[in-house]
Amino acid sequence: MDEWIDDLRFSIIQQSNHPIFQYFNNLFPQNKSMATKDTFGEGEVWEVFIQKETGAPHEHAGSIHAADPEIALQNARDVFARRGEVVSIWVVPANSITASSPDDSGPFFDPANDKIYRHPQFYHIPKSVKGM
Amino acid sequence: MEALDEIILLERFESRINAGEKIEPKDWMPERYRKQLIRMISQHAHSEVVGMLPEGNWITRAPSLRRKISLLAKVQDEAGHGMYLYSAAETLDVDRRELIEQLLSGQAKYSHIFNYPTLNWADIGVIGWFVDGAAIVNQTMLAKCSYGPYSRANLRICKEENFHKRQGYEIVATMAAGTTEQREMVQDAVNRWWWPSLMMFGPSDNESPNSAELLRWKVKLHSNDELRQRFVDLTVPQSQAVNITLPDPELRYDKKTQHWNFGKINWEEFWNVVKGNGPCNRERLAARQKADDDGAWVREAAVAYTMKRRMNR
Repeated sequence: MDEWIDDLRFSIIQQSNHPIFQYFNNLFPQNKSMATKDTFGEGEVWEVFIQKETGAPHEHAGSIHAADPEIALQNARDVFARRGEVVSIWVVPANSITASSPDDSGPFFDPANDKIYRHPQFYHIPKSVKGM
Repeated sequence: MEALDEIILLERFESRINAGEKIEPKDWMPERYRKQLIRMISQHAHSEVVGMLPEGNWITRAPSLRRKISLLAKVQDEAGHGMYLYSAAETLDVDRRELIEQLLSGQAKYSHIFNYPTLNWADIGVIGWFVDGAAIVNQTMLAKCSYGPYSRANLRICKEENFHKRQGYEIVATMAAGTTEQREMVQDAVNRWWWPSLMMFGPSDNESPNSAELLRWKVKLHSNDELRQRFVDLTVPQSQAVNITLPDPELRYDKKTQHWNFGKINWEEFWNVVKGNGPCNRERLAARQKADDDGAWVREAAVAYTMKRRMNR
């Protein structure tokens, strides 16, 4: 099996514009040889978001491993929805998420910190007025 | 300059922890914190997974359909808990496969309790009551730990594990109120599991080299001895309620401290089991290895199928 994968990879590397080449890179993001037993078969990491009732936001629940989106959904259901308290699941390949970095969270969120005029308390209204 | 940066970063890290903030995967953390967490979380994950084996043994022999569906659901939960925890460990930049290889090679440990055999049905009740009970005490603390993903995984686990303890206690209560034979059977299981369950909290604090650092970084919020005491205090009244005797002649209530004093734990036995010489160590690892080997073709097939579909697209 591993040899077969190696052959396949070799032929793919020779035509690296093929979409499957890109897929391999996604599947094994650490550039590990996909033919090594250590990585092979665990699949890529998917982040799982669950919605607990209609109208509620999807919340991050954790992650799972899977080879494709269908299996990812099934694994996510088996791991995060064993008690019927979930109405919807999203699975997202972990390496397609771009996140803000904690190192620049200060300057990154800074523009919002000094805009007190975005809050209702900033505005003075006569005390007798109700329903504002 | 780099050393100075490190000191400033460490100060900021510790002051965040002291302020009760959670540390998230992308935040700066000392290498020791990361290493200790990987060790703890992976041990915890392995314990959930290996923990399925002693109980899985009894699924086909459960005495009724009601007991069988409960045990099936419980064992499936343990698999799920293992997955929550591997997922939390992977946020620390370690590959799940690496962790599994460490388990299979014997390099990583799992809870020593799962190296004891389940001799009869009463053991299933007592495991739910003692082993899951002890785990809940530990995990309730870990749900408040300083590392966000580990804290969240434990929160999820705690919500589910209450049913495990109750199903176990129900089995014990039923047998304790049964025939003389059933009563003796459940008392025998209690006698065998009590002391190993107390050992689950780990060695005494003065002999636990990691404790101080883990407490300082709020990976743990209570010492091993404090948790063990909490478990004893919770369990003694539960045993009295169903007329079960805990096998410790020194067990007595101290009105001053409001705690149950208990006898000396045989740590020699604990270390012996941890080192691989318990009754079932070899059997458990062999079962894990077999499951890994037998499942390999399924994982390979899933990846091969995906590759085939992508190429046909």
